[in-house]
Amino acid sequence: MKRSLLHNLRILLGAALSAALLQPSEAAAHLVTTGMGPVYDGIGHLLLTPEDLVPALAMSLYAGMRGRAPGRRALFLFPLAWLLGGFAGLSASGTPTFPLPAISFLLLGALIAADLRMPDNIFTVLALAVGIMHGFFNGIALKAGPSGLGLLGIMAALFVLVAIVSAFVLSLKPPWARIAVRVAGSWVAAMGLLMIGWFFRGQG
Amino acid sequence: MEKYSGHMNFLTWGLAFALYLAWPASVLAHVEQGQAVGFITGLEHPWSGLDHVLAMIAVGIWGAQLGNPALWILPVTFPMVMSLGAMMGLLGIPLPGIEIGIAVSAILLGTMVLGEVKPKLYIAAVMVGFFAIFHGHAHGTELPAGQSGLLYSMGFVIATGVLHGIGITIGLIHRWPAGKLALRGAGAFIAAMGFVFLWQAVA
Repeated sequence: MKRSLLHNLRILLGAALSAALLQPSEAAAHLVTTGMGPVYDGIGHLLLTPEDLVPALAMSLYAGMRGRAPGRRALFLFPLAWLLGGFAGLSASGTPTFPLPAISFLLLGALIAADLRMPDNIFTVLALAVGIMHGFFNGIALKAGPSGLGLLGIMAALFVLVAIVSAFVLSLKPPWARIAVRVAGSWVAAMGLLMIGWFFRGQG
Repeated sequence: MEKYSGHMNFLTWGLAFALYLAWPASVLAHVEQGQAVGFITGLEHPWSGLDHVLAMIAVGIWGAQLGNPALWILPVTFPMVMSLGAMMGLLGIPLPGIEIGIAVSAILLGTMVLGEVKPKLYIAAVMVGFFAIFHGHAHGTELPAGQSGLLYSMGFVIATGVLHGIGITIGLIHRWPAGKLALRGAGAFIAAMGFVFLWQAVA
């Protein structure tokens, strides 16, 4: 009897899952729709949008290059700044026309390529500025879709991303590995320059 | 009964999985159109011209011959200045004699590899950077309509970096006497091909 109840429950669970999977999701132009809710949509947006993902990776690389203390600051402040910028973006009315993300590509890429040392406080300001700026653009983009919960998803994904990437860079011991990171930085800076060019050409 | 229950369990989850596969995708108007194509186009572009390929590989080989820090400074310098050249092209700033510049880059970089020339680091960097402008101006601006500029740029820069990496990897044979000779032979080949490109550019 007990087994039969369990069996029926399994069938019911399977049917409920099938019904949930068949439920149509909403159309969302220009946004990533995972179908798993706004938090995952936000995570998907970050991971599938190179304009956001590359600077986030670059920030993590640079944080790792600067050492443990800046890495810890970036781990907590960068996602938080992104979230705050995102909430500001949600309530913004217009979209900035200048390609600010391209500037962060160029700046972060150049900092990594040059392996530039800077005081921890300036690094903190940099992490906050980059986070707020990209979060602001995210907020504008997510307004029509997952909005606030999407931003929370992005913040969580950023926390994990910064933790993994910066810890990885910190752990690199061979000199050539650090050089590889610097070469990657030069690529990011090069992309930034090209993005500015595409913007002025009108194809960005 | 237990066997029957196991089958039913399998059937239930199998049905759920089949339904999942048949799950209609949501409507995503204008999403990601041309994105992947832009990346692939950018990735392919540097490989499409032998002049560009040989010059990039020469930069890597020369860097390997020069050793640290030129080994990584040259491949770091090149993509950044190349993007500057591409940006000039995108902004409509003309650059005369682009094809000649690219051909001369193959000749001079090949000659540097052939002769194992070891100038001061800044001279090597300025030389590589100067030619990078021509390569960037020629190749960085050809984005097909409807494709993402950013992803095209990513593909383009990564492919150029990979070509440098190939040159550096080839240059690792520099540690053996026979390898040194082989590299110098490669330099002679690149320089000779540079003359062919120059002849094609001028003719």
